[in-house]
Amino acid sequence: MTPNRPKIAVVTFLGSLDEHDAAWALAAMDAEPQLVWHAESELPKDTAAVVLPGGFSYGDYLRGGAIARFAPIMEAVIEFAAAGGLVLGICNGFQILCEARLLPGVLVRNASLSFVCRDVVLRVERTDTPFTARCEQGQRLRIPIKHGYGNFTGSDELLAELEEKKQVVLRYHGENPNGSAFNIAGVINEAGNVMGMMPHPEHAVDPLLGSPDGALILASLADAARERSAVLV
Amino acid sequence: MKATVYVRPKAGIKDPQGEAVRGSLAKSGFDIVSVRIGRVVDVELETSEREKALAELQQMSHDLLANPLIESYEIELTEEA
Repeated sequence: MTPNRPKIAVVTFLGSLDEHDAAWALAAMDAEPQLVWHAESELPKDTAAVVLPGGFSYGDYLRGGAIARFAPIMEAVIEFAAAGGLVLGICNGFQILCEARLLPGVLVRNASLSFVCRDVVLRVERTDTPFTARCEQGQRLRIPIKHGYGNFTGSDELLAELEEKKQVVLRYHGENPNGSAFNIAGVINEAGNVMGMMPHPEHAVDPLLGSPDGALILASLADAARERSAVLV
Repeated sequence: MKATVYVRPKAGIKDPQGEAVRGSLAKSGFDIVSVRIGRVVDVELETSEREKALAELQQMSHDLLANPLIESYEIELTEEA
C-alpha cells in the first residue's frame, strides 16, 4: 500500500450486492479497495477505512442487517470503529451498523410499504465530517436509492438527541421517499468516524451514471483515509 | 425445553405494516381502531433447566430476535423437557 492509495476494505456478506460497484468507485477515487469476505476474522493489514456495501445480506431475514451483524468480520469492524477507524455503511451497510449499535436508531419498512428505486435529492447538513469534507454546506446531491427498509426512526428522545448533537449529515430534500424521521438520509456517530446512509454514492460517480454527486462522498472518504494512512506510514 | 418469543413493535413506534392492514380491514367493513403486527418465534432449546433456558432466551431476544430500540419481547416457556 502506498499512502497515495489508501486501502479501503469492502466487506462482502452473504447477499451483498454492491461490493463490486463500491470497490470500482473507490478505485476511481484513487483508493485501493480490497474485498473482504464476511467469514474473515481480521481486516487486511493497513486498512485505512471500511465500507459495508448495499445488498440484502441474509435475505433481510428477521430485520435488515440483523444477522450480518453477527458475521465474524463484524467483530473486527466493531473493534476498528472503536479505535476511531473510518467506517461507511451504505444502504444494507447502514442497517448493519445500526443493528451492530455502531450507529444510533434503526431502519424500518418504508412508510409506503413499497420498494423504492430512483434518484433522490439530498441536502448536506455537515461538511466537517470525513465523509462530506468535499461537499459544501447545504449542497444538494442527486444520488439514487433502492430499498424497502430505509425508514430511519428511533425513540423521540433519541431523535431529539441526534438533532441536538448534529448527527444528521444528509437529509432528503423535497419529497421524503421512505417516511424517515426528520427526512434523515444519513447519520454519523457521536465520535464522527462512523456514518451510514441509505442512498448509494457508488452508483453516482460519473455523469454517465446519471450523476457524479456520489463521488463527493467517496472522494471525501478516500481523502480522510489517505490522511490516516499517511500517519500510519 | 420449548419456548415461544413474541416480538411486538413498541408503543409509539410507527408500524406501517399494521397501518396498511388496518386500512384494508376497514375497507372490508370492520370497525378497526388499530392493528399492530409483530412476530412469533418458536424456539426449541437443548437445555432442560428452566433458569438456564430463560437466561438464554432473554439474551437471544435482546441481541437478535428483537431490536429493543423499536420492539418489545415476551418469553413464554411452552414445554418443559
